[in-house]
Amino acid sequence: MLNIFKLAARNLRRYLRRTLLTVLLIVLGVTLVILFSGLSGSFKSMMIGIITDSNLGHLQLHRKGYVASIDTLPLNFNLKPAEYAQLREKLDTDPQIAGYAPRIKVGAMLSNFMETTSVRITAIDPDKELVVSPALPDRIKSKAWNKARHLLGPGEILVPMKIANALSIKEDDAIVLVATNRDGSVNGLTFKVVGLVEDVAGPQGKDGFIHLQDARTLLRIDGEEVSEVAVRVKDFSRLEKVRKHLAAGIADVKNPGGKPLFELHSWAELTPFATIAKMIDLLTVTMKIIMIGIVLISILNVMLMSVYERVREIGTIAAIGTSPMRIMGLFLAEGLFLGLIGATIGIVIGVGGIALLNLFKVQFTFAQMNLVLAPTIQVSEILTVSATVLFMAVAATLQPAWKASRMEPVDALRHV
Amino acid sequence: MVVIYKPRLARNAAICLTKEGNVALIEIRDVSKVYALGEVSQQALKDISLSIDKGAFVSIVGPSGSGKTTLLNLLGCLDKPTSGEVFINGTRTDQLNRRDAARFRGDHLGFIFQSFNLIPVLTVFENVEYPLQMIKDEPQSIRRPKVLAMLEAVGMAEHVRKLPDQLSGGQRQRVAIARALVASPKLVLADEPTASLDHVTAHNIITLMRGMRDTYGTTFVFSTHDPRIVGEAETRIALEDGQIEGTTQEEAVSC
Repeated sequence: MLNIFKLAARNLRRYLRRTLLTVLLIVLGVTLVILFSGLSGSFKSMMIGIITDSNLGHLQLHRKGYVASIDTLPLNFNLKPAEYAQLREKLDTDPQIAGYAPRIKVGAMLSNFMETTSVRITAIDPDKELVVSPALPDRIKSKAWNKARHLLGPGEILVPMKIANALSIKEDDAIVLVATNRDGSVNGLTFKVVGLVEDVAGPQGKDGFIHLQDARTLLRIDGEEVSEVAVRVKDFSRLEKVRKHLAAGIADVKNPGGKPLFELHSWAELTPFATIAKMIDLLTVTMKIIMIGIVLISILNVMLMSVYERVREIGTIAAIGTSPMRIMGLFLAEGLFLGLIGATIGIVIGVGGIALLNLFKVQFTFAQMNLVLAPTIQVSEILTVSATVLFMAVAATLQPAWKASRMEPVDALRHV
Repeated sequence: MVVIYKPRLARNAAICLTKEGNVALIEIRDVSKVYALGEVSQQALKDISLSIDKGAFVSIVGPSGSGKTTLLNLLGCLDKPTSGEVFINGTRTDQLNRRDAARFRGDHLGFIFQSFNLIPVLTVFENVEYPLQMIKDEPQSIRRPKVLAMLEAVGMAEHVRKLPDQLSGGQRQRVAIARALVASPKLVLADEPTASLDHVTAHNIITLMRGMRDTYGTTFVFSTHDPRIVGEAETRIALEDGQIEGTTQEEAVSC
């Protein structure tokens, strides 16, 4: 068996220029795929991380029908204290869940006593919110705000930066929030601005934040009524499994009409970025198909040429008794070698390129966010690319190898 | 040198070159071969019957197109007759499938080609080693002494590391002879083995082949139309227009 590979290696060296050209094409394809996978995968992970860690959480639970009406922030879809208690019971007993944060979402009017504008407010429990949205503090721009002290206290507000700029609101300013409660009565509360919060891509990305207790006062809500519960799972890679498990757990909680009381959405169902993420995946798959095409065509071409040029040689080894299977093996080994060399060099260059990009920390702006390009690639991705290249190399060689093995020695020996 | 045939037999009679009581290594019966060339057909061999004894040193002579190569191809299991039967060492070879024919060739036959047909990427040693390693799968401890002994026998022991393109034509053919013999075949078939060589080298190659026959008892059948070496063979079979014209062997009788 070893000799088949020795012979294959020497035959590749025999047509060195052609071999190098083919290997170069494979290297190019593999390098591009590794770099693109690293860049796109990291960009996707970064964006998902920012969106989920800044405000969205990994999963969100609402009363059924809330998300369909989310643009109006309907208070009549809030979960009643008893219903929230049912949810808490489910969430507290699920070992896959790292934490959850209750929220009340409300549309309000914000006034600095001179100008007024509308604003979306998310009322949070600061301690629980930090578990679900650990990147939220990074969005807050404030000199005086003490990250270590607390996120937000009663009577304090984090104002969206754009609104703050438009209304010339600064830290320590007082503002008034006016909101209409479920019964239609209007109420107002004064808040102290403790920080300005940067926008982030996705829904709820332009919300201001107040304490949950203040929201209940403002809206005259009794008890632990909430609009939504954001959930963070322990292992993001197992999100889909956790989602299914949780969905099964809440499915048996029905409303008086006998229909499910809760609805559960993952981050991907709540943000348009999920579509971009799918497009990134599609682009990655496209790149891989292009790479496969390059590997397939270049190896098929070179092996067909190789068989055509060595007809007499094939006739000779067949005449002296080499079995058709072994002749096929000789050519398959050549294709495998081409794929192996190309994949190895391509992976080394691709991974080296990723290391260089990490070294130089390229920065760019996307959706008003400053991002640092930090591509990474999983070992499993490298193994998948390697296996694909090797498989395609062998697949591309099959036809020429089969052709060689089926040659009649008497015809092949006559070939000029 | 003018070759004088002794056509003791009627044209295209069955030729027996086996001594009485011996088992024929080669036996072909009423073999014909017709090639289809588009809409026309070309009869390369016509109802040939022939038997050759083990250890014979036979040349097949005749002008171009007489059917020499076709006959060798049939004997070498490289081609199949249109009709008739071919037996080599007691095996009917004209009915073997592709895989079995390849195995039979590897086990029983050796080939020497006009253009040497050495594998260009392998050294002299590796070319001779090829049948033992790639066909017979013999371990290195067994094949190495065999290869060295064979290269010594053909006078190429000093060139083991050279590639074929570093050798002269005569040296290449010596390597080809070593490759043909290293697996101890019953029969070596050589198609115009001296056609690419000068006279002196051609004479040396035929002498070497005969010496190898004497040493190893291998049967040699080679084709040639070179009148300078025809006389080197102990037995000559003359072909013309696909039919046996005669033989020079005294013992030849009608089968």
